[in-house]
Amino acid sequence: MRVAKAENYAQRIEQTSLAPMKKPSTAYYAFVLFLLAIIGWGLYAYITQLKFGLLMTGMRDYVSWGFYIFSFIFWVGASLCGALVSAILRLTHAHWRTPLTRIAELVTVASLINAGLMISVDVGRPDRLLFLFAYGRFQSPLVWDVIGLLTYLLGSFVYLYLPLIPDFALMRDRLKGPATALKLKIYTLLAVGWRGTPEQRQRLDKAISVLTVMIIPIGISMHTVTAFTLSMTLRPGWDTAILAPNFVIGALFSGATLLLVVMGVYRKFCHLEEYITPKHFRYVSYLGIVLLFSYLYFVVVEYLTIMFKLRLEEKELFTLLLIGPAAPWFWTFVATAFVLPAILMLYQRGPTIPRLMLAGVLVNIGMFIKRFVIVVPSLEVPLMPTGFHFFTYSPSWVEISIVTMGFAIFALILTLAAKVLPIMPFVEMIEENELAEHHQTKGDVGKER
Amino acid sequence: MNNKKKDLTRREFIKKSLGWAGLAGVLYLPVPQLLKLSDNTITGSGQTSKNPAAESQPGEKVRDWCMVIDLRKCDGCVSFDSPPQCTQTCINAHFTPGGQQWIEVYEAELPGGGSYFMPSPCNQCENAPCVNVCPVGATYHDEDGLVLIDHSRCIGCRMCMAACPYHRRFFNWGTPKLPPEAALAEYSPLYPVPAVKGTVIKCMFCGHLLRDGKLPFCVRGCPTKTLYMGDLNEDIATNGREVVVLSRFLRENNAYQLKAELGTQPRTWYIPGHGQESGRKSDDKRKLMKPVWGWGGYDDHPGIWPWGESNNSASGNSTAGHPTGEAHSK
Repeated sequence: MRVAKAENYAQRIEQTSLAPMKKPSTAYYAFVLFLLAIIGWGLYAYITQLKFGLLMTGMRDYVSWGFYIFSFIFWVGASLCGALVSAILRLTHAHWRTPLTRIAELVTVASLINAGLMISVDVGRPDRLLFLFAYGRFQSPLVWDVIGLLTYLLGSFVYLYLPLIPDFALMRDRLKGPATALKLKIYTLLAVGWRGTPEQRQRLDKAISVLTVMIIPIGISMHTVTAFTLSMTLRPGWDTAILAPNFVIGALFSGATLLLVVMGVYRKFCHLEEYITPKHFRYVSYLGIVLLFSYLYFVVVEYLTIMFKLRLEEKELFTLLLIGPAAPWFWTFVATAFVLPAILMLYQRGPTIPRLMLAGVLVNIGMFIKRFVIVVPSLEVPLMPTGFHFFTYSPSWVEISIVTMGFAIFALILTLAAKVLPIMPFVEMIEENELAEHHQTKGDVGKER
Repeated sequence: MNNKKKDLTRREFIKKSLGWAGLAGVLYLPVPQLLKLSDNTITGSGQTSKNPAAESQPGEKVRDWCMVIDLRKCDGCVSFDSPPQCTQTCINAHFTPGGQQWIEVYEAELPGGGSYFMPSPCNQCENAPCVNVCPVGATYHDEDGLVLIDHSRCIGCRMCMAACPYHRRFFNWGTPKLPPEAALAEYSPLYPVPAVKGTVIKCMFCGHLLRDGKLPFCVRGCPTKTLYMGDLNEDIATNGREVVVLSRFLRENNAYQLKAELGTQPRTWYIPGHGQESGRKSDDKRKLMKPVWGWGGYDDHPGIWPWGESNNSASGNSTAGHPTGEAHSK
């Protein structure tokens, strides 16, 4: 009985994984068109910005960083999802993460592409972006950021690709009938002659383990240097050493909760109900709870050490944040990133998956607002006796369109990926299932589960 | 067996050559480059092609410019019923785009009530936060201690604006509207005219005039002779009317630097006061007047919304929350 089921498991998972690649439905095309429309509008906005300069944004001389920069920080934060789920959990041999690794890595790659986009649209002279390489000064935190971003992006691409090789090979073998010649050629190329020999297997395992160990410090340093671009300045609220670890924990938090949302969406639309179960959501939410309280701790420590001393400029900042014009945003952040998700994740009432997905959505809204709360009010505090106390910043239509385009690109990458890649590492899952079966027959049940 | 051996040797070869190449790269490439780059930031010699300062010969006398602002004399030009003349002269001479006051006069409060006026140029910090964060070395110290910006290199990331603790850097958000004569100006980092769209701009102590032995525009424009231009190397300063021994002048008048506790080591000193030497009372209620830009702000753009061409640049600025300039008239 068990053996029969195992065979079924392998066939079923193969079917489920390969099914989306055959027949895109009308709804799928409609959704892609919708995303492309948003991206097109964003491009129009960007062309307007290129023509008239950053004058088209809501930024001005005092608040000189705005929507682009905090979206950039948000995307960098979301990208830590991959490092957390695929690397840390792989390293700790948490086998339940197997169906989630590819999703997490896709989220990472898509987020990093967006992060790069956001920082590129923010510069006043995009024609001179290559100066960063031609004249880059290693002493500048911004150059660390560029190096970190490119390294992490490259690492994540490779880390996404390596575990895909056996899957590509299987697709090369299985899709002979339904796939077009071009598709088959691409899969053959991407499979780099994978035959599943023990030697190949050993080399791939080795490469993956090396990358697993490497990707964690790369991911963490990426977010650290992002915090450094703020904390290396003398601004109130930024000028603190805790900003970097705070960013890292915040990023892990938003990454883990973003995974709850994305895996829920994939589960529904790719019919992965059998493989991504409420158990997976619960496990990720346990991570989420731990990270929520760690992040809460960091935020409290950060704010308390500043608020106790209350230097003049920082007093202005906190007046602004807690009771001033930025207060609605600050308290929305507290409610959506801490209070509501904590309730949703801790009180396990109601259906697990919608409850946890809602928590994930809320946290990410909260963390997006948090990035605004970090960046903008600090710039709004006057550093000179200007005689007026609050410079309003509100993003213009250009900024809103371009940031929305970022979200559309993110969704588009994930949508297209579902059509060309197996969304779960199914070869690995089949092997793990066989291994589990094997252990079960030997009466070694508890070890793997 | 033969096949395997061949495979191994190829592997070994690639491994070894990559290893040696990597090692050579690690040892050779970044180290001299790092040294060279850090050299650049201190001396500014990397800008040889564009920076006239770098053309100076090694034996030539190097200046160390600084400014002393005697607040006892500054009355904000309210008694002349005109905008602060330092700001206005600077604007007129450099065709600064609308809203940019490279030297800006703030009204600050005195401890016992009343107020004083504080002209604020770029502090030309010795440990300049803006120079430290610039990713491409577009902003740098020249030999005379000035913090300059190379507008043909600036990428417009505005990191320096976030880093400056004095709000003394401005961004050319759009194509600036300029009078026709601005087109005749010969650009150099010492005289950044005309302004370049998408780059950061600021006061540069009129380095172009200092090199010719002339005083900066703001010093020349100040009717109360508040501003002194000095040379730390020669220990001398002048406001165009009197010449003082710099060190004694600073020492005897309790000169202070703005936010000295930040360690930026500004090259601008203030002598405390509230315009008393120009006959201003500290409780004078007259407010600063707003300087005038004869050529307006930026080129027209379609306003802050995609529809409606009606918004000209001025209303576009104010609706988008442009604080510079407008606030002082209130």
